[in-house]
Amino acid sequence: MNHQFSDQRFSSAALAAQIQSVGVDIEGVNLSYGSNHVLKDVNLAIKPGEFFAFLGPSGCGKTTLLRLIAGFNTAQRGEVRISGRDISTLPPHRRDVGMVFQSYALWPHMTVRRNVAFGLEERRVPRAEIERRVDAALDLVGLRHLADRRPSQLSGGQQQRVALARTVVIEPKILLLDEPLSNLDAKLRVQMRQELLSLQRKLGLTTIFVTHDQEEANTICDRIAVMEDGKVQQVGTPQDLYDHPANLFVAGFLGTANVLDGAVQNDGAGGRVFVGDGVTPVALPPTVGAGGAGGKLMFRPQNLMIRADGGPPAAGHARLTGTIRHREFLGASIRYAVDVGGQLVQVDAPHQAGDALLAPDAPIILDLAADKARLLHP
Amino acid sequence: MTSLALTRDRIARVRPGPALAALLIAAFLLLFLVVPVVQVIFVAFQDKTTGAFTLVNFADFFQNDLFMRSFWNSFYVSAMSVVVASLLALPLAYLTTRFEFRGAVLIQSLGIIPLIMPPFIGAVAMQLLFGRNGSVNLLLRDHFGFSIPFMEGLNGVIFVQSIHYFPFILINLSASLRNIDRAMEESAQNLGCHGFRLFRRIVFPLAMPGYVAGASLVFIKVFDDLGTPLLLNVNDMLAPQAYLRISSIGIADPMGYVISVVLIACSLLALWVSALAMRGKDYATVQRGGGGLAKRRLKPLEMVAAYGIVLLILVLVLAPHVGLGLLSFATIWSFSPVPDAFTLKHYQTVFTESGQYITNTLLYASLAALLDVVIGTAIAYLVLRTKLPGRQWLDYIAMAALAVPGVVLGIGYLRSFYDVPMPFTGQPLSNFWLILVFALAIRRLPYALRACTAALQQVSSSLEEAAENLGATKLRTVGRIVVPLMSGGILAGFVTSFATAAVELSATIMLVHSQSDAPLAYGLYVYMQSAAGRGPGAALGIFAVIIVGLGTYLSHVVIERGRRERGQDH
Repeated sequence: MNHQFSDQRFSSAALAAQIQSVGVDIEGVNLSYGSNHVLKDVNLAIKPGEFFAFLGPSGCGKTTLLRLIAGFNTAQRGEVRISGRDISTLPPHRRDVGMVFQSYALWPHMTVRRNVAFGLEERRVPRAEIERRVDAALDLVGLRHLADRRPSQLSGGQQQRVALARTVVIEPKILLLDEPLSNLDAKLRVQMRQELLSLQRKLGLTTIFVTHDQEEANTICDRIAVMEDGKVQQVGTPQDLYDHPANLFVAGFLGTANVLDGAVQNDGAGGRVFVGDGVTPVALPPTVGAGGAGGKLMFRPQNLMIRADGGPPAAGHARLTGTIRHREFLGASIRYAVDVGGQLVQVDAPHQAGDALLAPDAPIILDLAADKARLLHP
Repeated sequence: MTSLALTRDRIARVRPGPALAALLIAAFLLLFLVVPVVQVIFVAFQDKTTGAFTLVNFADFFQNDLFMRSFWNSFYVSAMSVVVASLLALPLAYLTTRFEFRGAVLIQSLGIIPLIMPPFIGAVAMQLLFGRNGSVNLLLRDHFGFSIPFMEGLNGVIFVQSIHYFPFILINLSASLRNIDRAMEESAQNLGCHGFRLFRRIVFPLAMPGYVAGASLVFIKVFDDLGTPLLLNVNDMLAPQAYLRISSIGIADPMGYVISVVLIACSLLALWVSALAMRGKDYATVQRGGGGLAKRRLKPLEMVAAYGIVLLILVLVLAPHVGLGLLSFATIWSFSPVPDAFTLKHYQTVFTESGQYITNTLLYASLAALLDVVIGTAIAYLVLRTKLPGRQWLDYIAMAALAVPGVVLGIGYLRSFYDVPMPFTGQPLSNFWLILVFALAIRRLPYALRACTAALQQVSSSLEEAAENLGATKLRTVGRIVVPLMSGGILAGFVTSFATAAVELSATIMLVHSQSDAPLAYGLYVYMQSAAGRGPGAALGIFAVIIVGLGTYLSHVVIERGRRERGQDH
């Protein structure tokens, strides 16, 4: 079974030519179900042609926000604009916003072809054109040979493609994907996300992707809005979010974060330093620390260097002393959990064949690159 | 060689316990379902005197005006009952599944109230309320100068049957509407579809299997029903004809058997058509977090209309109960909207002369229900949890009882067991009251079996494996783990079987040999034959309603409790 989207330049080019990339603006959106405040003052600007992700744990409001754009929820306040036009009051069927449902929602009483033709029929497109465009959409996802099957006769991956074809065939203004990969097995998921990306690039379709899987979002999205508790915590490129998380939630949600409790003090020379148990004072850049004495020091495992020689800390580095609690052998590296002043810190040591591992309960000395550490608030 | 080895392997894996249970059940089904029905079919194709194979009986049937009229009447009444029942059920199903509607509780009870009173019990009361000189028409004639022939001839049967059976459509249709994943509807809206087109293209086709299931059930039930036409004195329908032939001419007359074969054929045809309509359409589409169609609030004017419809149907549904209640307390009720005066005399009569009807009913119905759940549990276990060859056939045969009308089973029992003398007494076996219990058990077995199968399906087999892993034998596992976990479903199956067996008339009427062995339904029929007996008959009917109502309530409580215990109550 060929799992690649067939590269039918003619059909995808024809589809792409029809699609004008548009931007989506979400402004001051608030939504409550009774006393449950689900979306809290959400503001987002999604650029034309962008592959954008709503990322967050379950219950953070990401799916609610997506359904709001499709028109299945109504916000108490705020508006959603597509290419500048407010669509908040339009019913779902007049929004021209294509949505692929998490369950795919293929109608079991129709064949694949009738499923894909449905939206065009609703738009009163002439019969001949419907057939042509349905064929093109099915070619695009490589499933034209299954056009006369019923959805129940298809595999999960095939159903996913049909759902995608059914949505893009109407040439929607934007494409909404609600956890589209969550029902696929691990191998297919990795493959499908690349295919989604290449499809999105081909069509130039502004796409919003809802997921709770940071890897999914990181690998295919241009920008990500990290959401938690109904609020957008931070918006940025995957690299931005990882390297410069705005708060402890974002830092912890994307990748592994070491967090140290401590206090911020003046160093007596006009600068500010972070002090904590088991760590020498860490010089903070002048921009941070405006929030007063609170805050925690966040850094990644790879920001630490094991100093087996025990020499003085390198320039610009702080010194951590602690005890190894346990270790995980990961192949390319070894992750040690180190007790530093009563708090656990993860450190990654690169591994080569023949290297000896450090033993649990052994003392260890670590150097932290101070410019990589960040002072964060919850 | 491989096939032989395979067979030997399969035989080796058969354990004696389940095999013995399967054999016992097979023997029971064979003796009390297969043999009588095959006997009936056999006799229909037999020459009355020579015993040779012949089609003459069928030729007679099709050339007889009365039989042909009965055939078309039965067909017409069944089809029209489906239509009228659909008209009652559709708005109710739509209201509960599409709207936030406070009356939904009311509609749920509407779905139960008719079922706790078998149609034939209320038939006479309906005549007094809606008949030519019934309350409604008297009032209409006095005030508006016209009357409506609700109860004239076949109309009466259609009216009574559709009021009784519309819940089958309501329940099935509501369930399949509720099972539609909201995403099914939303994806259509997302692609530009809305309003009536959305209903026609997506919602209606997806709900169709539930509707067909309910409608075909109504058709079969009405087609096979004997009690209602008998009590309404409509004799030119198939089931009453079969009964009258056998009871007036005798069990040697071939026409009763021919009619039985026609009844079975029509039941099978209806089942086949519905299976055909539903093939490949198991559209249970709710996925995790799906949760049914989107509901909206009713606008004020819509709310008035909705309550109007619900109340109108509620009045219709309660009419037989109210009528029966009035009749049971009435001194004389004739040519007047309400009875002349009220009395407790009828209840006194029932208590003094008809106590044995009630005790017989309780005995027969509980024995039949007990048999049903024991056999139902055993078949469910054999089918789902053993590898016994041919186990599926037990299920098929037990379910086949659905297609056998009560009259046919009754005739089959008479034919098969009349010539078998009882040990000691020498009486015909068919006169023995236990035969009646077996007939009731066979008739209700399909429902009990489905309840038990559903209950067992919810018991994960890993729960059993855990018990075996900890050292319990198979039998101990069944006793300590499986049956306790199934108990809710088993109890619900018992109560349902009990409640419906308590008011079964079709098979009973054929098999009751003496007054002292007769159950309540038969007594009621006897009472209703005379004008003077109507009062006590109604009082007896009230007892039937109470028995069935209590049973239904109990099974509801049991099912709800089971659901809460399994944590599905959200």
